[in-house]
Order: sequence, then structure tokens, then C-alpha cells
Amino acid sequence: MELFVFIVAGAMVLGGAVGVIVRSHPVHAALSLILTLFGIAVLFISMEADFLAAVQVIVYAGAIVVLFLFVIMLLGVDNAEDLRIEPFKVQRPVAAVVGTGLLTLIGLAVWASRGATTPTVTQSDAVLDAATDPANSNIKALARDVFSDHVLAFELTSVLLVIAVVATVMLARKPKPGEIGLAVGEKAGVK
Amino acid sequence: MIASTLPDVTTSWYLILAALLFSIGVVGVLVRRNPLVLFMCIELMLNAVNLTFVAFARKLGDIGGQSTVFFVMVVAAAEVVVGLGIVVAILRRKPNATTDDMAELKG
Repeated sequence: MELFVFIVAGAMVLGGAVGVIVRSHPVHAALSLILTLFGIAVLFISMEADFLAAVQVIVYAGAIVVLFLFVIMLLGVDNAEDLRIEPFKVQRPVAAVVGTGLLTLIGLAVWASRGATTPTVTQSDAVLDAATDPANSNIKALARDVFSDHVLAFELTSVLLVIAVVATVMLARKPKPGEIGLAVGEKAGVK
Repeated sequence: MIASTLPDVTTSWYLILAALLFSIGVVGVLVRRNPLVLFMCIELMLNAVNLTFVAFARKLGDIGGQSTVFFVMVVAAAEVVVGLGIVVAILRRKPNATTDDMAELKG
């Protein structure tokens, strides 16, 4: 059963990923990205990461791809890119060589380490307690881990999100007349 | 009976799938010129790494890998917000700009 799920979800992931890089239309690329993200959510479920699968669908396939589509529509850049144009003659062969080389290296590393002994991990008691709960063990263990062992990192991510939101507002804002804009100076250097 | 003949899906399978996904993302970043599609390829690479984290979290029986994926998702959301803000700022001034046009950026 897990094999069947793996094959179907893996085909979704790889098909969507290839779609992202070969579709010339940005909207089609974004829709292929949804296919990939959904396949990864399925793989998360088959690896018993239930909460992450839900977050993957809500945050990635929901919010982030909608943000992409929103920007594409807002800017009206939804015209197809001519993929036959190759700005540098060696670009695509080099990209193919880099891609296959990277794949070979990672594949060799996985092959070499396939029989490696797994280290034993000692988790905190709170996480182990939560993991023994028969219902919702994944969510409870994850919550205990995030809110006890990594609570500082959790607070820092909230700071990061606030900084990102403020920075985006500053970037996307049109400056008032007479005011020097930060990045999109309408007066400065209009092409 | 059938189940005994089918191979088990081990962690290595997930790692190889993640490697394929990451390589496709790298090739996309190197080949494509639309800045929005470049961001999508970066998302592909981040998701490949997330898959690796969850596969190892299952293999080691350690929930820490899954909480790392949680943080990666938050940082990816922040990265997309800032990145798309910059892309909007650039494309508003130069419609249909490609990454080659961004080589002309200067302060």
C-alpha cells in the first residue's frame, strides 16, 4: 500500500516539478507547483507527519501559490515566455550538467549510506510523553517539541514575520509626491 | 502474499525522490528567466529539503525533524512575501523584465 502511495505521489511531485520548469506560461507553472506541493503533502501523510501535511496544503498550496497567482494577475505579466530564446549559448547544457551532477552526487551519498547505523536520539520527556498518546500523537509531540525545546526559535520566527510584512509594505508602497521613495521611486530613474 | 513480494518503501526512496526534486529546482533556477518562475523553483528546492527532513525524522524516530520543517515553512513564507514585494517593485517599473534586465540594478 505504501508503495502504491509512494509511486502515485512521487509521479505527482516529479510531474509537477517538470511542469514548473517547462511550461512557458507563468500561470501554468504556478498550477504545476500546486500539483507538486500536493504530492508532497501526500508523502507527508504516508510518513505519519499529519500536521505538516495539513500545513503544507493550507500554507503552501493555499497561501503561497495564491500569492504567486495574485502577483501574476496584478502585474499582468501572464504572457508566455518564449522558451526557444536562449540568452547564453552554453546556459542549458551547463544547467543540465549541473543538475545531473548534483543528482549523481546525492544519489551516491544515499547509496553509500544505505546500510549506515542509525544514531539513537534522546528526546525530552515531554515529547516522549506526548508521542505515546494513541490519538493525535504526531500533533501533540510536535507541539511539545516546538513549544518547549524550540520556543526561542518560535518567538524569533514571529519577529521575522513582522519584519517581512513591514519590509514588504515599505517596498510596495508608492511614495507620496515630494517624498524620496525607498525602492520604487516613481520619479527616480523611470525608464 | 502480494505484500511480501512488493519491496518496502525505505528512507532511501524518499531521499532519492527529494534529490530528483531538488535537481529539477536547480535546473529551473539556472534555465528560466522569469523572476516569478525562479521563485517557484526555489520553492521546489525548499520542499525537497522538507521531504528529506521528514524522511529522516521518521527513520530516527525524532520529532525534531518535523519541527524543523515547520520553521522552514515559516521562513519560506517570509521569503516569498519579501521576494514578491521586490518583484512587484521591479516589474512595475519595467514590465516584462527578465532576470537579465536585473543585472542593471544599481543604487
